[in-house]
Amino acid sequence: MAANEARTRGDPQDDAWMDWRPAPLLPTQDGRDRALTFVVAALCFLACMSVFAMLASGRAASGWRRELGASATVQVRPKAGETGSEAAARAAEALAGVPGVQEAQALDRAAAEKLLEPWLGKGNIPDDLPIPHLVTVELDPAHPANAAALTAALDAEGLDATVDDHSRWMKDVEASGAAVRGIGSIGALLVAAAAGAVIAFATRAGLAARRDVVEVLHLSGARDRFIAGLFQRRFAFLAARAGGYGALAAVVLAALARSLGGSNGFTPALPLAWTDLVAAVPCPLAAALVAAVAARRTAMSILGQTT
Amino acid sequence: MRYGRAPEVLKDINLSLAPGSFHFLTGASGAGKSSLLKLIYLAHRPSRGLIHLFNQDVSTLERAALPKLRRRIGVVFQEFSLLDHLSAFDNVALPLRIAGMRPDDYRKDVAELLEWVGLGRRMLAMPPTLSGGEKQRLAIARAVVVRPEILIADEPTGNVDPDMSLRLLRLFVEMNRLGATVLIASHDQTLVRQSGMPVLHLTDGRLVRAQPERVSPQE
Repeated sequence: MAANEARTRGDPQDDAWMDWRPAPLLPTQDGRDRALTFVVAALCFLACMSVFAMLASGRAASGWRRELGASATVQVRPKAGETGSEAAARAAEALAGVPGVQEAQALDRAAAEKLLEPWLGKGNIPDDLPIPHLVTVELDPAHPANAAALTAALDAEGLDATVDDHSRWMKDVEASGAAVRGIGSIGALLVAAAAGAVIAFATRAGLAARRDVVEVLHLSGARDRFIAGLFQRRFAFLAARAGGYGALAAVVLAALARSLGGSNGFTPALPLAWTDLVAAVPCPLAAALVAAVAARRTAMSILGQTT
Repeated sequence: MRYGRAPEVLKDINLSLAPGSFHFLTGASGAGKSSLLKLIYLAHRPSRGLIHLFNQDVSTLERAALPKLRRRIGVVFQEFSLLDHLSAFDNVALPLRIAGMRPDDYRKDVAELLEWVGLGRRMLAMPPTLSGGEKQRLAIARAVVVRPEILIADEPTGNVDPDMSLRLLRLFVEMNRLGATVLIASHDQTLVRQSGMPVLHLTDGRLVRAQPERVSPQE
């Protein structure tokens, strides 16, 4: 544009007004804006990471639940005239015929001793130590047999046995998953509240620093909502940009962890999927929303106290 | 009218400005000229007493009702109160933007007004780069751009030479001819005499002299 070139050169232009576009009514505050951008970006980064952790822990809990639900363990107590191994073999045979059971296998003593090794140590198990006689049961994941059906089958064969369908552990896993989700949600809410507080503080500082501008706007007939709108737009755009930076940093870090962690993601305990990274996409929008609400409410509250 | 718990700066002022009138407000520094103007352009509220503007009592009016009235008043502030981060063009366009007008609807008017006050070639200049006189003219242009019903100026010729003072006075007279009620606070006795307009005089916060033909004290 000719007028822009003339402006760059500093030449006065008679027709410069033809290219004129309204300038932002609030002056930019370079140093302060940069600091605020950094803080909001850091908060958005933390929010994204906590969401990723929530998703990963949810997936882990679901995996554990599935694994626990797909199997059961039966402890068999031999009756007189029968060895433990014979009773276990009989139990495995009885259970294999129950609908919803894919496979039932009696554990031999060596396999049972191996289960105790983490507590007693390798080679520290005396030969005369009574070890429970166990049968591992693999259930059909689509239609698993329940504990009552397994118990009925064992009773029918006259076996003295106890069925553990892992329901106690499943409850613990579910409780742990819910706790992680709860903590993650509270963390995300706290981060959002912190971002809102930071924006409110910045709005307060901005109004104080630009009292002269606000006074001119007021005396020129601007309503509170017009002035609040200026702060709202300014901080919403700033937060959206900062949210973009924070979300991008979180995605890069999570992608790196996902790549390094192989098929298990972060760790076997927190399996992150590539699709989980999409959860960071709404972050800039959420940041802008929080900032817009915080800035508007703060500005309206402060302006309402003026004469 | 008083500031906080300080002594009253304006006492028992009783005056009425007829629509379409033109007055000068004179008085020594500290006499209360700026305070009186601030009451009229709704920057302050009186600590006691009543102010009627546009046929309504504005001394107890709700805040929400003030912006609409302020848009009918043009003000030339003593310290100009230009926004330094905005160009001359943006400063003049400010009241129109606040009124919700679209740029295409006022772009030409603002340019013409800036030409009229002699800033046609400084339209996109920033206020800090303007001289005192240019800033004064810019502040006047911003005050008159909305064709206000009341035009108030606090020492509008304080930073300009006599020739420019007269030129600016003609601008105020022109606005008055167009129907605006004009009140100008000024120390410039020469300008006041040259104008031939009625004078309100403040001493120690009291309105002690007013020419009866244009001002009607209600004491």
